[in-house]
Amino acid sequence: MEKKTVDARGLSCPQPVIETKRVLDKMSAGEIEILVDTVTSRENVIRFAQHAGWKSSWAEKDGGYAVTAKK
Amino acid sequence: MDRFLMSKKGPAIAGLVLGVIAALLVKFGNPGNMGFCVACFTRDIAGALGLHRAAVVQYLRPEIAGFILGAFVSALAFAEYRPRGGSSPMVRFALGFFAMIGALVFLGCPWRAYLRLAGGDWNALPGIAGLVAGIGIGVCFLYNGFSLGASRPTPKAAGLVMPLLALSFLALLFLKPLFGPEGSAPIFFSAKGPGAAHAPILISLGAGLVVGWLAQRTRFCTIGAVRDLIMLRDSHLFKGIAAFIAAALVTNLALGQFKAGFEGQPVAHTMHLWNFLGMALSGLAFTLAGGCPGRMLIMSGEGDSDAGSFILGMLVGAAFAHNFSLASSGAGIGAFGAPATIIGLVFCLLVGFVFRNRMA
Repeated sequence: MEKKTVDARGLSCPQPVIETKRVLDKMSAGEIEILVDTVTSRENVIRFAQHAGWKSSWAEKDGGYAVTAKK
Repeated sequence: MDRFLMSKKGPAIAGLVLGVIAALLVKFGNPGNMGFCVACFTRDIAGALGLHRAAVVQYLRPEIAGFILGAFVSALAFAEYRPRGGSSPMVRFALGFFAMIGALVFLGCPWRAYLRLAGGDWNALPGIAGLVAGIGIGVCFLYNGFSLGASRPTPKAAGLVMPLLALSFLALLFLKPLFGPEGSAPIFFSAKGPGAAHAPILISLGAGLVVGWLAQRTRFCTIGAVRDLIMLRDSHLFKGIAAFIAAALVTNLALGQFKAGFEGQPVAHTMHLWNFLGMALSGLAFTLAGGCPGRMLIMSGEGDSDAGSFILGMLVGAAFAHNFSLASSGAGIGAFGAPATIIGLVFCLLVGFVFRNRMA
């Protein structure tokens, strides 16, 4: 299964979502981990991923958050 | 309750409350269609601090301090205080500077553009059209990999600068130190004009704190609303400004504050091209910086030093806008408002083209 990581830590709105979109648009299935550093970015990425049909969850990681999207 | 605010409906709930509060603040004494306006109020603060000497727009608006402190307390309470910075702070300062120039050519930030509409000031329509155009240009840059770079965590104390600045403004407002040679300086308060029109201090401060808290929890953003609708077909922030306009409109009607037309509107002019271009400049600058001026104040309260740089850029921009005759008045645009708007647009376009360091 294809697995990718996007490091969107420290990026202004809406760049974490755009970075996520870039990768998701190229994948039909697989797993992607998106690293973010604020709750706002975490929510935005999860909302976008779920809207695009990816199951999403998150966990704390390195002082920030790792969002995992699967399909 | 917090879960409710954090849901997709959060921005709409915030919009409803903010719209009512804004209209009520006018009833309590704030200038017409200016319940709160981040640009106008920051300009008034610049005047109160003597950074410009336009005598009619000088007041240490407690709403602005309230936004920052409300967001600060909310961020602390919900473990979202995350001091960060280092994403092109000087460019953000300059974007804030020009965003303010554009806003003062139009006479209002995006929040006030919507409030002017809700008060029947149709001059807001070309302004809002310009705002959407500016955001649209910003979206094109974002699609092409625009980024001012990533911020990094900073020491915890670094995020305290803007909350402390807000507290300092409040201290100056309450203490009113007047030891200058004219018996008025160093803090100035307008005796007439928009700067003299204000709600009682504690009502303004209370409103600011509530707005700061609500906007922090719900991520209410008047730029993100349009941007996300265009880019991502995501309307949850847009529902926030729709609710904001609707609530302010209904409250204005109930209070007899709705007056439809182009002529004779409070703190507004009828030069439609410059209403459009001023807001286009602001919309582009805000989009490149990542949010509307209200959102910048909120993020600065969360510890975002880059948002703080943008706000300080707005403060300095406001001073220049009046010292260099760039700001508009009810009579029309300032003597040099037009070239300043063009220079600002050129600057923002250059920023958009140059900062493309996150190409896919």
